[in-house]
Amino acid sequence: MTITYREALRQGLREALAGDPRVFLVGEDVGRYGGTYAVSKGLLEEFGPERVRDAPLSELAFVGAGIGAALGGMKPIVEVMTVNFSLLPLDQIVNTAAILRHMSGGQFAVPLVIRMATGAGRQLAAQHSHSFEGWYAHVPGLKIVAPATIDDAHGMLGAALAEDNPVLVFEYPALFETAGDLSSTPVDIAHAAVRRQGTRVTIVAYGGCVPKALSAAEKLAAEGINAEVVDLRVLRPLDMDTVLASVRKTRRAVIVDEGWRSGSLSAEIVARIMEQAFYDLDAPVARVCREEVPIPYPKHLEEAALPQPEKIVAAARGLFQ
Amino acid sequence: MSHAASAPPSGPVPFARENSLKLLKDMLRIRRMEEKCAELYGAAKIRGFLHLYIGEEAVATGAMHALARGDNVVATYREHGHALLKGVPMERIMAEMFGKKEGCSRGRGGSMHLFDAHARFYGGNAIVGGGLPLAVGFALAAKLRGEERLTACFFGEGAMAEGAFHESVNLAALWKLPVAFFCENNLYAMGTAIERSESQTDLAVKAASYGIEAFAVDGMDVVACYEGARRARERVMAGGGPVFVEFRTYRFRAHSMFDPELYREKAEVEEWKKRGPIHTFTARLKEQGHLTEERFLDIDSQVAAEVERAVAFAEAGDWEPVEDLTKDVYAP
Repeated sequence: MTITYREALRQGLREALAGDPRVFLVGEDVGRYGGTYAVSKGLLEEFGPERVRDAPLSELAFVGAGIGAALGGMKPIVEVMTVNFSLLPLDQIVNTAAILRHMSGGQFAVPLVIRMATGAGRQLAAQHSHSFEGWYAHVPGLKIVAPATIDDAHGMLGAALAEDNPVLVFEYPALFETAGDLSSTPVDIAHAAVRRQGTRVTIVAYGGCVPKALSAAEKLAAEGINAEVVDLRVLRPLDMDTVLASVRKTRRAVIVDEGWRSGSLSAEIVARIMEQAFYDLDAPVARVCREEVPIPYPKHLEEAALPQPEKIVAAARGLFQ
Repeated sequence: MSHAASAPPSGPVPFARENSLKLLKDMLRIRRMEEKCAELYGAAKIRGFLHLYIGEEAVATGAMHALARGDNVVATYREHGHALLKGVPMERIMAEMFGKKEGCSRGRGGSMHLFDAHARFYGGNAIVGGGLPLAVGFALAAKLRGEERLTACFFGEGAMAEGAFHESVNLAALWKLPVAFFCENNLYAMGTAIERSESQTDLAVKAASYGIEAFAVDGMDVVACYEGARRARERVMAGGGPVFVEFRTYRFRAHSMFDPELYREKAEVEEWKKRGPIHTFTARLKEQGHLTEERFLDIDSQVAAEVERAVAFAEAGDWEPVEDLTKDVYAP
């Protein structure tokens, strides 16, 4: 069955709501409006206002309430409109959800899912285009997932709800219109995935940059460089086994990160490759990241600020010179 | 000042004798436990931040006596008394302050982070206002699950300057959730007097703007605290949504053990001590013939024995093995 990334997200939500009476969806405009990005469209009619619950513009309160409801025996799915707005409830996410189990001596589980749109590419300018997945991946106690495919857009939510941990699901508006086949294979939220087999260089990417990495790999193939593409899928905890296995095979790596370079997730991955596979490398590890600027509105500047297939190709090519 | 020290609570206590004595004993349990904590802090047995509740005991005591066993409580970092009266054993609180693994949070939280799932005591929150959204969520869960359960959320007047207060009360009122907002107004947010942090110092007026019932009671009078909390609980459980109660109280000790108290006059503290919740309640009970000095000393010695047992339990406890450091970051 061919569906879009958006429809796959919606199908995942529908199955979660239908499958467990403890599950409810809460967030700004998730109900009557149908979701800012139309992800939850139709779910209010299907499940009613108790379970598809419109919240006022109070991110701090409704994210915190999601944590409290999770402690109280429910399985909330909290939608925060964009990652930029998630800085308002950052306190609840980091100071409560992430630490409660450990700080209480293991007494409490926080089975909470927080979904949010992230990333640039739609000319939404500097306050709607951030990529803070790497910030969240810094925090012990959180699990961070980044669906880049139709199957992951559909299946990661269910896998997240099966956890007794707070899980942040980052959704990529840049991918919402992409279409593909939905398979019936269940997905986990534990492993990275090799999306393209290759032999000479490993391109590591996640979320909205995965299609860019695959596009770069096709261009590289035309130049005789057979690239392998690893989709991280899970940003915390990182599945370094899959990354290292690929790097040990290809002996070269390019890390693609839609976040800023300084202090980024890509920096962490490079560091771990240095720690664990330094002597397997034939060239320094390269990175392609967001330029260190707020994302500007005009299309040409936004594109220039982001990782692009051409930049990935150039970085990979550079490893052979 | 919105509630300058006035006449001490007085008059006959309208409760059966044994109930009054339970209130007295519970206030003493908090007081003596915390006096011991201050001493142990001096002896470096307790470290980190330690925020004492001394002076404010009537609030937690009155409120907890008005709650049901199955109710949820979310509190602040000044929560030793709330935890104790919600049913967390004193020995486990003391062990927690020592950082021992027999503590109610396995020693990982310390004074500011007491938790006990069994007692439905949910912290122990050291982010001012941080417990408010959480309490709203507990109440939402109770409502969605059809449980007859109140969530009581304690916070200081300082938290009412936080956005979390406004967002949480609005949400609870909109969704008509079974939560009681219990504001412990001790007049100082750390060192900042209420007139310097609130444009509206009548806190019930501020809370009432969300269309909920809101009233103030004398937080130095355990009778008024009990009656106020009971009234709030009844109204909330009737299904009309949240209720706000301001408990007008006063902290006799410093904010924490590091506070030189440069922001208030000694005379002000002394004036408030005349309204101290324990000695005024004791005097009232004696006056109406419900308490003799002998019985008082007997109760006090029972409390002292409980404190000694708690300290001995904490002393005898073990440190969590370092190998367990990373345990419980994630579900197994």
